[in-house]
Amino acid sequence: MANHHENQSMIAPSISLRRRGMDFLVTCAAGGAVVLVLLPLGAVFGYLVYKGVGSINLAFLTETPKPPGETGGGMANAIAGSSLILLLGSLVGVPVGIGAGVYLAEYGRNRLGNLIRFTADVLNGVPSIIVGIVAYGLVVLTQGHFSALAGGVALAIMMIPTITRTTEEMLLLVPNSVREAAYGLGVPRWRTTLSITLRTATSGVITGVMLAFARVAGETAPLLFTAFGNQFWNWKVNQPTAALPLQIFTYAISPYDDWHKQAWAGALILIILIVFSVSAVRFVASRGMLKGAN
Amino acid sequence: MPGPQPVPSAVEKIDARSHPRLLEGVGAGEFADRIFYVTMLACGLSVLALVALIIYELSTKSAITWHAFGWKFFFDSDWDPVNEVYGAWPFVYGTLVSSLLALIIAVPLGVGVAVFITEMSPRWLRTPLAFTTELLAAIPSVIYGLWAIFVLVPILRDDIEPALGKYLGWTGLFTGTPYGIGMLAAGVILAIMVVPIISSITREVMTAVPQQQREAVLALGATRWEMIRVGVLRNARAGIFGGVILGLGRALGETMAVTMVIGNRPEISKSLFAPGYTMASVIANEFSEATSDKYLSALIEVGLALFIVTIIVNIFAQILVWTVTRGTPARAHG
Repeated sequence: MANHHENQSMIAPSISLRRRGMDFLVTCAAGGAVVLVLLPLGAVFGYLVYKGVGSINLAFLTETPKPPGETGGGMANAIAGSSLILLLGSLVGVPVGIGAGVYLAEYGRNRLGNLIRFTADVLNGVPSIIVGIVAYGLVVLTQGHFSALAGGVALAIMMIPTITRTTEEMLLLVPNSVREAAYGLGVPRWRTTLSITLRTATSGVITGVMLAFARVAGETAPLLFTAFGNQFWNWKVNQPTAALPLQIFTYAISPYDDWHKQAWAGALILIILIVFSVSAVRFVASRGMLKGAN
Repeated sequence: MPGPQPVPSAVEKIDARSHPRLLEGVGAGEFADRIFYVTMLACGLSVLALVALIIYELSTKSAITWHAFGWKFFFDSDWDPVNEVYGAWPFVYGTLVSSLLALIIAVPLGVGVAVFITEMSPRWLRTPLAFTTELLAAIPSVIYGLWAIFVLVPILRDDIEPALGKYLGWTGLFTGTPYGIGMLAAGVILAIMVVPIISSITREVMTAVPQQQREAVLALGATRWEMIRVGVLRNARAGIFGGVILGLGRALGETMAVTMVIGNRPEISKSLFAPGYTMASVIANEFSEATSDKYLSALIEVGLALFIVTIIVNIFAQILVWTVTRGTPARAHG
């Protein structure tokens, strides 16, 4: 620091040059950091498309896996299984998450609210594998076998804190005058919250839900010992079920070339499904079609 | 806002007549309000219940090994399911080393990206750059793992590790056969996954530093870098540190990508080329194979330890970030 002040008081061109040189170096370093960070991003997407596109075919999208070592087969059952697990997870996670968010925004200006807010942040940071253990203890041990339901419960636990916090944030953006206007018309509080506040914040809340959805859609760790995986079709909630991320994992660490190719194809499909579902719901929400909830 | 907020029921009835559609089903207003409140409260409480449930599940189901081994469990390096002897030190070690390695790589990159985006990049480039780096956080962990196996590991094995071994082998950190798969690969892939967290938090706290700070330092004749160092980074350092800690929390608990490239061997080696094992990956790999109660209990105890550590790390990080973004914005003499 002392040195720095001396530099400032002297008007020597060489020092000024050193300072400008330092400035230039740091600018280069920061720019270099950006390049270094964008490089893997580009590489991941590049490889996904490059390796994935060549491996996606009709069989991949319509057939179940072949036994180890045989070529061909597909991940259709895993795509279906993922949808089933995500549906179960959303059925539980979305209403509870939105409810908790409504509580925090509309009633949560107190100590309990702060505690819940804090706990939601804590829950957000819990490693997904731990959530898997809990869902295992809760559902798998009780039922006696792996199931899509257990996977759904694990994903629901992961969705709740994200949805809670974004819903709260979005509801707090709705100006109080809107609520007061509703109260002024004699609308009860519950009706105001549902039909006025939540409805005003619909697109924001949906964005939060989709963020949570996108986050859990690619989760693998909590499904390892809950949904477990399955080589065949399964639509039963209480049976072991294949999931796309699980299948990608199994195939990626397998020794077979054909399975590696399918893992890339599966990864590409997973990314496309995530991006597609997120943008589809956002598009619908922005067109106001979901706003006519009542 | 004229009148009290909870409208008396008399007014409700008047309004109900003039706007019947709007007020459909308002009759039992207070009762419905009560039910609505209780339902929302239940949803809110469920968040508390979930964390309580996690703690309960983890602590009761790990009781067997806790009673059998006590604290020794975490410092013993013998993990032998066949003879029912469990020591988790290799996993603790692997988790710590891979996460630290990730931070060493990710912190300069993450902070550099944040500095570039907030202070240097042209205005039109800011949003796309921020969006793109955040996109890194949206890629599922299993896809990072897949990419790491088939792209990163071969690069490490054929180019980077031989070079490191040649020039830095004397440190003892880069010795042995370069397999590609191992601690270094885990550290690198973790770094890639942690960078977006560090850079987005750093960006947030840097934006919270008031513009006058920058202008004041510039007015003293500072170059841009001096302005960033004195005016911005110094004021935001607590928050940046918070972001780093938050990244650490993510790295500690990260499972799939690490499991796919770390080699999964419960060994402790000084060389970063050697395979290792982490707490999260041992759970991922062995949980569904755990046949005895004691084995399962040992794995759940590893989970409990991981849970406690990540919780502490996350709470610590939250507090640090808060002190910058909402507490004391900027002091001239930080």
